[in-house]
Amino acid sequence: MSSQSYIRRPNRPLQVYAAIFLIVLYVPVLFLPLFSFNDSIYVKFPLTGFTTQWYVELFHREPVWAALMNSVRVGVTTSIIATGFGVFAAKAIIRYRIPGRGPLVGFIMLPLVVPGIIFGVALLVLLSQLGVPLSLYTVTIGHVIVCLPFAIATMIPRFEGFDPSVEEASADLGENAWWTFWRVTFPIVFPGILASLLLTFTVSFDEFIMAFFLSGSDPTLPMYIWGQLRFPKEFPSILAMASIILLVSFIVVFIGQWINRDAQATTLANEEDK
Amino acid sequence: MSGESATSANSGSPKPPGTGRLGRLLQRSEAARGLSLLSPTLLIMFIGVAVPFGILIVMSFWTQIGFGFDTSPTVANYENFGERPIYGALLKRSLWMSSAATAATVLLCYPMAYFVAFHIHRNKMIWIVLITLPFWTSYLLRVFAWKVVLGYEGVINSALMTLGLIKAPLEFLLYSQSAVVITLAHAWAAFAILPMYVSLEKIDKSLLEAATDLGDGPVRRFLRITLPLSMPGVISASLLIFIPTTGDYITPALLGGPDGAMIGNLIQKQFGAINNWPMGATLSIILMLSIAAIALVFMFVTNFVRKRIS
Amino acid sequence: MKQSDAYISIRNVNKLFGSFQAISDVSIDIRQGEFFSLLGSSGCGKTTLLRMLAGFEMPTSGEIFIDGQPMSEVPPHRRPVNMVFQSYAIFPHLNVRDNIAYGLRKRKLSRAKRDTMVDEMLELIKLPEYGDRKANQLSGGQRQRIALARALILRPKVLLLDEPLGALDKQLREQMQLELRALQKTVGITFVFVTHDQEEALTLSDRIAVMANGRELQVDTPTRLYERPVNRDVASFIGNMNFFEGKITGISDHRASVDVKGLGHVTTTNFDAKLKPGVDICIAIRPEKLILTENEPRNTGNKARGQMDKAAYLGERSHYYVRLDGISQPVAISAQNRQRAEGAPEEKRPIWISWEDDAFVVLEDG
Repeated sequence: MSSQSYIRRPNRPLQVYAAIFLIVLYVPVLFLPLFSFNDSIYVKFPLTGFTTQWYVELFHREPVWAALMNSVRVGVTTSIIATGFGVFAAKAIIRYRIPGRGPLVGFIMLPLVVPGIIFGVALLVLLSQLGVPLSLYTVTIGHVIVCLPFAIATMIPRFEGFDPSVEEASADLGENAWWTFWRVTFPIVFPGILASLLLTFTVSFDEFIMAFFLSGSDPTLPMYIWGQLRFPKEFPSILAMASIILLVSFIVVFIGQWINRDAQATTLANEEDK
Repeated sequence: MSGESATSANSGSPKPPGTGRLGRLLQRSEAARGLSLLSPTLLIMFIGVAVPFGILIVMSFWTQIGFGFDTSPTVANYENFGERPIYGALLKRSLWMSSAATAATVLLCYPMAYFVAFHIHRNKMIWIVLITLPFWTSYLLRVFAWKVVLGYEGVINSALMTLGLIKAPLEFLLYSQSAVVITLAHAWAAFAILPMYVSLEKIDKSLLEAATDLGDGPVRRFLRITLPLSMPGVISASLLIFIPTTGDYITPALLGGPDGAMIGNLIQKQFGAINNWPMGATLSIILMLSIAAIALVFMFVTNFVRKRIS
Repeated sequence: MKQSDAYISIRNVNKLFGSFQAISDVSIDIRQGEFFSLLGSSGCGKTTLLRMLAGFEMPTSGEIFIDGQPMSEVPPHRRPVNMVFQSYAIFPHLNVRDNIAYGLRKRKLSRAKRDTMVDEMLELIKLPEYGDRKANQLSGGQRQRIALARALILRPKVLLLDEPLGALDKQLREQMQLELRALQKTVGITFVFVTHDQEEALTLSDRIAVMANGRELQVDTPTRLYERPVNRDVASFIGNMNFFEGKITGISDHRASVDVKGLGHVTTTNFDAKLKPGVDICIAIRPEKLILTENEPRNTGNKARGQMDKAAYLGERSHYYVRLDGISQPVAISAQNRQRAEGAPEEKRPIWISWEDDAFVVLEDG
């Protein structure tokens, strides 16, 4: 036996399985960029030739840019609101003995498990009864609700990971709650905040169902794509757009996960304890 | 002094300037401080979740008249659900399909979670990020990718035809229940792996060595130690997938065709083309209740089994 | 102690966590410039009491006065006390200099002045080269000194220390004890020190409060705690003790005569003046105050016959257990091994024990 212990010695079939698993996980998604460079409006084999014309075409389409800007606006607003609330919620959940903490946390995490369509129609019914016209604002409200659990789940391990007596030490050395937050808490949880901003932005940017029920005349980017899916001749440009979105999402999420990497593994431990 | 001492008599000490009643409460009670930090989130969740649900329940007892509602309470929608078999059939199919997707996902992901927990020693984080990365990206686009793969002239059909293995495209690939189940399983993989990985990772490795030392081979060791100890992860993975997928709307709409339609599509139609919001609300409530019932039964059964084993 | 002596005055303080009574009716006075220890096993309420002095916990009832001011409405950041945390709570995102200077923000000092103060502190804690290190580049002992410096730079009237040496290994701990004691003498600040280590408390403190189950059992100097514990709990928490049942037969000239089961007649001045003849009491003696001899000692009436039960050789000393007639519990005796030990004494050998006058202590609980 080498340095590996008996339990942890390599298991060849499992390694092969893991490799196949990752391939199956990524390959369907990678067909999108592959066909986006194919010189044919039909998405099928064999590939006919390399072209960038779909990207060029996309570049000149006004509605795409409008939808993109809508999504960015909604995404930025959502991520700031959700992360802002998330910081305080995570601190409250980890730091204080709150009566009924379990049920409260379960309630906040509800959007993680309840089907999006139910949230969508419930909010739609509320807004229509209040007479609120559907717009990008209503989409943002929906997205904040969807993103809050993600923000909190990203922040919780950050708060778990630092010694609460550090905040007490700050109070002991003469700083009030406000300065303690800015001089101690904020710098320490900052990676979590950054990760939460990136991840909630991505979730909002990619979110479809809430936007489907709650948007007015201004579509978000996923809404726009959905509208184009009915027309097979639009497929290639959707492929091009999808490839760009996927690439950017991958990069943003990778950065977000990387920033928060040491806090990652415990994130879902909490979800599981629910 | 007299006014001051009247209030300070209660707290048992003189009141310094600048601290109000609220300030004192916040300083004294940890719970109050915690709740005040949590309150913005609770407020938005209350407005965004609890209130809409309440109205949804109320609306399920209304009746649609043209573009308005008759708000006199009636259970007609619920009766309607019982009388028209299409509703029940769609609900049953939805539950069945997401059960199948859940089972497939958990079974396929368990070995992967096991692999990362037990056989990756360095750079575990990279593996976790690799596995979860697709999950964060657009659900719509991932479903669309499967449409490209499974389509009538999609990747699989055209590849098989180019290779000459089949003459005509395989029609069962797209617009079928299997297409929906495959896509759901793929889309929710990260949700299955993470909780299972966490509970596998938590298992003290010396327990496995102890089991081996006491005479268990790899298979018995897995069945007697690893699997029971990772059950919490399996259970939460199952619930985390089953609950949201039952109400999924995009996947059946893009890939399901008429045979693969699910209850989510029907709910969407009530709020769209059919324009019967109260019926849509009723269907949403019924969906929620059936999910909750099944989740409870599932948890009860697994807990019962776990207790019997141990 | 007179009320005016007290710099910190803890008055009838109770603390409930839900239904759990962490502190029950504690009253302690601490003098200015004193090294005061709160000693007890874990869960006795000593840390809760310290955190109440710092302001992190509020008394459920009762009041704490510091320098004559009631503290119940004063939040932690306005109290004239600073704390050294058990985990040290070094700010992980700041270097050593910024950690030490943390509390100076509100003083509105010039940069140069602040730097000199920090430099002085780094000198004081003997870490002048470490100013630019981050917290994770420091050893436990270094963190402990920085936590001290960070608090001391603010010149607090009271320094609270929550088991500050608990995380250090034995050798370092003994070195830090000496440094801490010297430091306290240099800066002259009142130290309130929490520990579960009786030896540490005895070494460091001017006075000690022994705590158990949320109450203070005895507040006294180290010598008095050791020599005249008031009850069994204090006596057995600090060092080892042999307990006997007895009855007071007479009191004359500040001296009590006690009839002790298994020993016979004992006299001592160590007793509470409130006790009257005829009362059943508990009487105790430290193992090292008993003298073991082969033959019957002459010139003393303070002696008893027994049988050797067991012996344990510990190098510098040996522990013997001797059976006396009439009591089931063997009596423990600790003796210095002045001569070379000659193997274990044989069991059941008849033996004599004797003691000096006043070696016994009469305890409060009978």
